[in-house]
Amino acid sequence: MMDILDILISAGFWAATFRIVSPLIFGTLGELICERAGVLNLGIEGIMTMGAMSGWMWVYMGGDLWTGVMFAAFIGAMFGLLHSGFTVYLGLSQHVTGIGITLFASSLSYYIYRMLLPDATTPPKIDPFHPYPVPFLSDIPIIGEALFTQTPLTYLALILVPMVWYVLYKTPVGLAVRMAGENPMAVEAQGINVLSIRTGAVMVGSAFMAVGGAFITMSAFDAFFFGMINGRGWICVALVIFASWRPGKALIGALLFAGLDALQVRVQQTAGAVIPYQFFLMMPYVLSIVAMVIMARKASYPKALLTPFRRGERT
Amino acid sequence: MQIEPREYVAPWRIAFAPFAAVIVSLGLGSILILWVGASVSDAYLLLVKGAVGSSFALTETLTRSIPLIFTGLAATIAFRARFYNIGAEGQLYCGALAATFFGTGLITLPPLLMIPFLMLIGALAGGAALAIPVMLKTHLKVDEVVTTLLLNFVILLFVGYFLEGPLKDPMSMGWPQAEPIIDEGLFPSLVDKSRLHFGFIFAIIGSVLCWAMMRFTVWGYEIRAVGLNTSAAKFSGINVNTTVIRTAVISGGLAGLAGVSEVAGLKGYLTLDISPGYGYTGIAVAMLAQLNPLAVILSAIFISMIYVGADSMSRAINIPTYIADVLVGLSVLSILVSVMLTKYRLRWR
Amino acid sequence: MALLAFHNITKSFGPLVANDDISLSLEKGDVIALLGENGAGKTTLMNILYGHYTADTGHIEVDGKQLPSGQTDAAIKAGIGMVHQHFTLAENLTVLENIMLGTESLWSLSQKQSAAKAKLAKMSEDYGLKINPDARVADLSVGERQRVEILKALYRDARVLILDEPTAVLTPQEADSLFKTLKSLTGQGFAIIFISHKLHEILQISTRVEVLRRGKIVGSVATKDADRAMLAEMMVGRKVERPSLEAMECGKPVVRLNNVTLRDAGRKASKVPKLDQVNLTIHQHEIIGIAGVAGNGQSALADLLSGLTIPNQGTFELLDVPVTQASPSNIVHRGVGRIPEDRHSSGVVGEMALWENLISEDLRNAPVSKAGIIIDRKACVERTNALIEKFDIRCEGPDAETKLLSGGNMQKLILARALAPEPAFILANQPVRGLDEGAIAYVHEQLLAARKRGAGILLISEDLDELFSLCDRICVMYHGKLTQPFDAKSVSTSQVGLMMAGQTMGQTFDQAPDNLNAPVKEPSHAD
Repeated sequence: MMDILDILISAGFWAATFRIVSPLIFGTLGELICERAGVLNLGIEGIMTMGAMSGWMWVYMGGDLWTGVMFAAFIGAMFGLLHSGFTVYLGLSQHVTGIGITLFASSLSYYIYRMLLPDATTPPKIDPFHPYPVPFLSDIPIIGEALFTQTPLTYLALILVPMVWYVLYKTPVGLAVRMAGENPMAVEAQGINVLSIRTGAVMVGSAFMAVGGAFITMSAFDAFFFGMINGRGWICVALVIFASWRPGKALIGALLFAGLDALQVRVQQTAGAVIPYQFFLMMPYVLSIVAMVIMARKASYPKALLTPFRRGERT
Repeated sequence: MQIEPREYVAPWRIAFAPFAAVIVSLGLGSILILWVGASVSDAYLLLVKGAVGSSFALTETLTRSIPLIFTGLAATIAFRARFYNIGAEGQLYCGALAATFFGTGLITLPPLLMIPFLMLIGALAGGAALAIPVMLKTHLKVDEVVTTLLLNFVILLFVGYFLEGPLKDPMSMGWPQAEPIIDEGLFPSLVDKSRLHFGFIFAIIGSVLCWAMMRFTVWGYEIRAVGLNTSAAKFSGINVNTTVIRTAVISGGLAGLAGVSEVAGLKGYLTLDISPGYGYTGIAVAMLAQLNPLAVILSAIFISMIYVGADSMSRAINIPTYIADVLVGLSVLSILVSVMLTKYRLRWR
Repeated sequence: MALLAFHNITKSFGPLVANDDISLSLEKGDVIALLGENGAGKTTLMNILYGHYTADTGHIEVDGKQLPSGQTDAAIKAGIGMVHQHFTLAENLTVLENIMLGTESLWSLSQKQSAAKAKLAKMSEDYGLKINPDARVADLSVGERQRVEILKALYRDARVLILDEPTAVLTPQEADSLFKTLKSLTGQGFAIIFISHKLHEILQISTRVEVLRRGKIVGSVATKDADRAMLAEMMVGRKVERPSLEAMECGKPVVRLNNVTLRDAGRKASKVPKLDQVNLTIHQHEIIGIAGVAGNGQSALADLLSGLTIPNQGTFELLDVPVTQASPSNIVHRGVGRIPEDRHSSGVVGEMALWENLISEDLRNAPVSKAGIIIDRKACVERTNALIEKFDIRCEGPDAETKLLSGGNMQKLILARALAPEPAFILANQPVRGLDEGAIAYVHEQLLAARKRGAGILLISEDLDELFSLCDRICVMYHGKLTQPFDAKSVSTSQVGLMMAGQTMGQTFDQAPDNLNAPVKEPSHAD
């Protein structure tokens, strides 16, 4: 018991928590934006893989880190456009489209990686983002090391949470996005194009997801492996439900989740002899399911989630 | 752009839709082949030759189609009830694990009983694996897509634990693999000097039974009605929860059979790589078959052709084998559009 | 120059011509009534005006300038405002948010909420449309939601207001107050297009009536020269004859609800029960009508009587045996025929064949299935053929896809399923909604025939005319409570309207007030 307390007050634990939470924040915010506009984006797992590969590859090919992030975001947005072409414009099944995009985007990432690096046996490395201690703030004991000695992408993730909240709740375009997820006909009746709003939301959301993937290869690690997203995308989908589609709650949920994940890694080191390691690795997935079960009954879905909108269709 | 429903859907359109989707996928895939600098026609010729060009290739293709038929049926039945079981991968491993648990010496029966027994146990395990998500859906309204997806990871780790712990083969020299299935439980071979085994017959029988169930029985009627219009089904007295749970158990069971067939038919023992994603590919199989259980056989064989053919194509022209996965992903997307175009027409103005 | 002019508008959906060469115009202060049966093309025409649809041919001019087609924002800019029949509001957002959407540049970095609130407050004042801008739409009554819709249009400076069936969901008194608002608006120079199929309203509010039939304008008269019979005949194309009620002694009770209370399932249960201590007895040979504004518990009552749920408190007896299990198939086999509120969403499975929809309530019994497992297709198709004949369902045959049927024929299919077994009790929930006059008459005839045969019938409707012409007795529902039944001949529309608004709640819903005719006494059993 003392062990766990020791872990909880150690800066290393919190630093790890913020590292683990960063891609989840990007992914969860991205999914949240899509779903707020009424589109479930199950392409997230594949789009994160694509972002991880393309951002990394950009840097490996000689680009610099920030343009790499932007490149990943752009690629993500393109897959978002593909997704919305299917689900928004053609009104096809969001479930099947999402799974199809995940299959397509992940396998395409691996294909491209293998094409460009046919002979790599050990995964080549790039020089990734390094921790950037925020002046003065990083000198605060524990908090300084935990929160203010992170890589810039982690700061970006944390800043995005209030930004997404502000845009969704305090700007006209955010109102239109939320309305498109509640009653698209209301948006249409006020002279705004529902399809454009939804497409925009899915593209921006997918760009976020891709940056979340890029974080993993460009900030958390320095190489691209096969299967390295490892279900993080699906966890983000669960977190959105846990967060009741609110950015603030999404941050809390993701932090809770990342904290437990960081904790299990540390507990595993002490308790690993008794409990097989696989059970620790199961934790994130089991926790996600538990989180969904807790919130499912209270969840108030965006009313028009999964409902395609067709202009000029007879009702 | 305007989307208008067609008043009349010609049968030829429905029959043609999967072919159109395949053509589009192969067309888009040719961009990747051009990137390698190979000739597209040569490459696809190599693919076809590699898949059906010799009796060995043909049996390989059919062998690979067995798990795909089962997982394709699993997705077909579930999707018909609009229950999105994306967890066939995990259910497959559950079936394989159960067959391994009972089939490696715990119980010995004559082959005529042992094989059906292992299949039953595997199907039950697969169905049980889907029990949690389906109960969460019917009783607590938890979305099944995410739970089944997440459970895939949990189950794989669970199987990994067994392979490194209780079920580990002491003769495996440290590799995480289970003891072999006893001879009585192994599926007989179907063609001499090939890997094609009796599982293929079982898969065909499974497809026919699923088709008959969907078409002629009350259960099939209920599955279709719930999938097409849940509230009308409920109003007319169909017990929606029972139907969804029953559907899920059948679907999980079919996926479990894929696992049994890989372990007892193909490999003989359980490892962590018996499935390179058959569970997910099953969704593509089902979509390409337009959720028709009989068509699942053809679409599974087709997708298996792509995988087997791509292996030999990639050796010949040095193209990453991932091209097969890309083609499968593309075909899921293109079948969606081509099926839609059978029912709607697009008008540009 | 006309304020608004339609020139030769034609629009078709597949083989159906919804608008056929329509031209009409209106001036400031006009109230044009678009009269027509369901499916005559009224809403389509308005959707073209508002830019939801694009006309195949023809164009629209506002102040002599051509309106770009298919662009809602252009229509709004030109001063067109539309109050849709199905409100276009997001329930989880506030009134202010619903109104502000689309009024600011999408890319501005902030919203001018307080300015908008002030403008809204002033408008509420000017037009007498009171509303709390911070209320969530979900918490508003239907009448208030309509107010929000009107304010939404006025906020965008509409000069032409389209109202699509605005009174369908209102009590007679609420409708009167809406008419007052509309009159004051026309006094200020607004023009109004008013869509309805209720003749008395049209005569009351409009200056001119345009009658649509099958997509064409078949008549245009100044309201002062029009009368009911003439409009009805123009609308339907022939003399309208609705079947009338023949006096009949009622028999044994078929359904009895004793102190039935029904609450929301789940933890979020609201404090107000969906059904609150409801008492009701329905006898053989009688039709009881339920009046009420939508959302006052009618769906809960219908769910209960269709077997989808059971009471939390109180008892529901069917032919003197209590119903203890929520099971539609059980209740059907005990002699209940059910006509659901929405035939598309819960009546039929559109993608299944006619014969499949006809057996859906009886899957596990012979002759539909053998041993409850294998469906006997041949027997089902034979039965379907017989019912197609008997109920005059116009279709391509028993194998045709059900969604291809017209509304009237789909309803006949549901009638065939519900009435063919000759049930002792029939639940008819909005049985003629959206049907044309011929189909309405057919449904009513069937219900009356069933009454004659000895069935007890509960008719839930938002149309008071329908209730008064068809029912022996009428109850009113308000906030989950049900009044005692009143004899349809001795109660007036306005009295029912007051009760629908819950205004005499204190007395009426517990006991009959003195100023109303006393409820009919419990009829004596005729056995």
